[in-house]
Amino acid sequence: MEHNMRLTPEEEAILNGEQGESLAKVMKTLVLYGDAFGAEKFVDVTGPSHLVTSFGLNVLKPVFAIMDELIAGGVKAKMPFTVDPRPDFANIESGLLENLVFKKIMYGMQEAYDAQLAKLGLKNSNAYTCTCYHEEVGNIPKYGDILSWAESSAVVYANSVIGARSNRNSGIIELFGAILGKVPFFDLLTDEGRQAKWVVEVKTSKLPEAQVLGSTVGMKVMEDVPYVKGLGQFLGSELTGGVKDYLKDFGAAAASNGAVGLYHIEGLTPEAAEKGEGLIAEGAKTYVIDDAELDRVKASYPVIWKNKETKPVRCFIGCPHLSYRQLDDWVKKFGAELQKQGKTKVGMITVFTAAPDVIERFKTENMDAYGKLLRYGIKLSGFCPLMYMNNPLAEKKPVITNSNKLRTYTSARYYTDDEIVAIAVKGGF
Amino acid sequence: MSRVFKGRPVVAGAISCEAVVSHGGFNTLASFQKSALMKKKQVICSDQNNPDLYNKLLTGKAVCLPQTIGSTTGGMVLHAVSAMGIAPAAMLFSKHIDSLAAAGVILASVWTGSKIVAVDLLGDDFLEYVKDGMTLSVAPDGTVTVDGE
Repeated sequence: MEHNMRLTPEEEAILNGEQGESLAKVMKTLVLYGDAFGAEKFVDVTGPSHLVTSFGLNVLKPVFAIMDELIAGGVKAKMPFTVDPRPDFANIESGLLENLVFKKIMYGMQEAYDAQLAKLGLKNSNAYTCTCYHEEVGNIPKYGDILSWAESSAVVYANSVIGARSNRNSGIIELFGAILGKVPFFDLLTDEGRQAKWVVEVKTSKLPEAQVLGSTVGMKVMEDVPYVKGLGQFLGSELTGGVKDYLKDFGAAAASNGAVGLYHIEGLTPEAAEKGEGLIAEGAKTYVIDDAELDRVKASYPVIWKNKETKPVRCFIGCPHLSYRQLDDWVKKFGAELQKQGKTKVGMITVFTAAPDVIERFKTENMDAYGKLLRYGIKLSGFCPLMYMNNPLAEKKPVITNSNKLRTYTSARYYTDDEIVAIAVKGGF
Repeated sequence: MSRVFKGRPVVAGAISCEAVVSHGGFNTLASFQKSALMKKKQVICSDQNNPDLYNKLLTGKAVCLPQTIGSTTGGMVLHAVSAMGIAPAAMLFSKHIDSLAAAGVILASVWTGSKIVAVDLLGDDFLEYVKDGMTLSVAPDGTVTVDGE
């Protein structure tokens, strides 16, 4: 095939089928992909991949067909990878009909898909989470690593908070990069692609809700890289655990409400701390965010419930998955609100979601908080709330969330952290 | 009166069909997921945040857009709807194609043999001129001719 990318003799041989038809198709896909972006060459992947496709949805049969073809061709990822959350029906309090829809109609291919993932190099049976970079999960890239990742919230975290380098790869493309051990060199892998085209000046009276600030930034800059000023007064200059959690939620909202794959936070994220305003591209535009702008954006979120006043029946907290710290914080938050409202249990089905490895640690190392969580009636699951919502039964239910990503993709209604804890405990508005 | 726009073919092809226009970023997952998951025979856009396209038919149309946004399942979703035979006939980008859309149209072309014609770099003028319901034709060299009102 004709191509513009400059390939090594070994890469050319793969493209010509000398290592099998499957690998040739993988190479052809990535060469076409690289050509579309003017990539001149491939570069080696230096860290394990993270995949976005974790659900054995019947509708994804074309994806499973590719996986089968790869397995039959004897190819495998060069390093063990992690993948987004898998379905968890046991811990989300779903009804008989829901379980039937989940297991038989929607996720009928889950077991077969799990087996495909294992054959292609899945790290282990716990490696299902959108937050693979949490220490309990252990897929933590190093600064400067070249990655073949998908999952928009994970890509933006790896690029921004860690300073690794991954493009916003699509599902399947990230697997191909993992198998080949190479990715086309363009965009966020290059120094030029990491330059900020926007300067965002945060001029708010207090630390903004991470999910609303991220959404506001994403909707404005879309796919561009923002350099955010003004957060240091609230977050300080050290990437503490709490700051990382804030940036995780900020980034997920910016990535889903726009297409942000990398952001720099002045004096805080590794590249911004190192290079400062040298990261700002010439001619960058400026966007000022104040309290009024945040209010305007929050008020613009559509509510698509048939009856906007109806009582919500379920609350999801943890999209992206919660960290160990956040789990502990949320238990405390609910405890305080229950006390305030004079109640002992939450007023609606409330589900916290986190990585299986994080849940295991929480259950074993923080038994006091875990016990409280159980007493409060809160569920703890490794499921993906987004995928729970994407079925004909769940989508009609009034669900509330503090996740701007979940709001964007489903009928779930967004509330801030303080609002949602009060509603979930009360059982309504 | 018709107008001609010159872009770059990412997946080349000749096609003539009706336009649907998104002036903001096109969220692939949010747009296709409902119809795809429910195995509908046609895709009705389910992205509540896209006032241009929400509840409009996408199957067989030329989706005219700046870029796609949102989840990194985007390319895989495009590949899946293409294999299911319910994809748009073409995706015409005013800007440079983004990584998710590029993945989707290339995966469809290499792994299923089906084709979503894709042309990018058509310019802001293209997106300002083209309107829902206009008929347009795409040539393999990336020339897009839009029949006027």
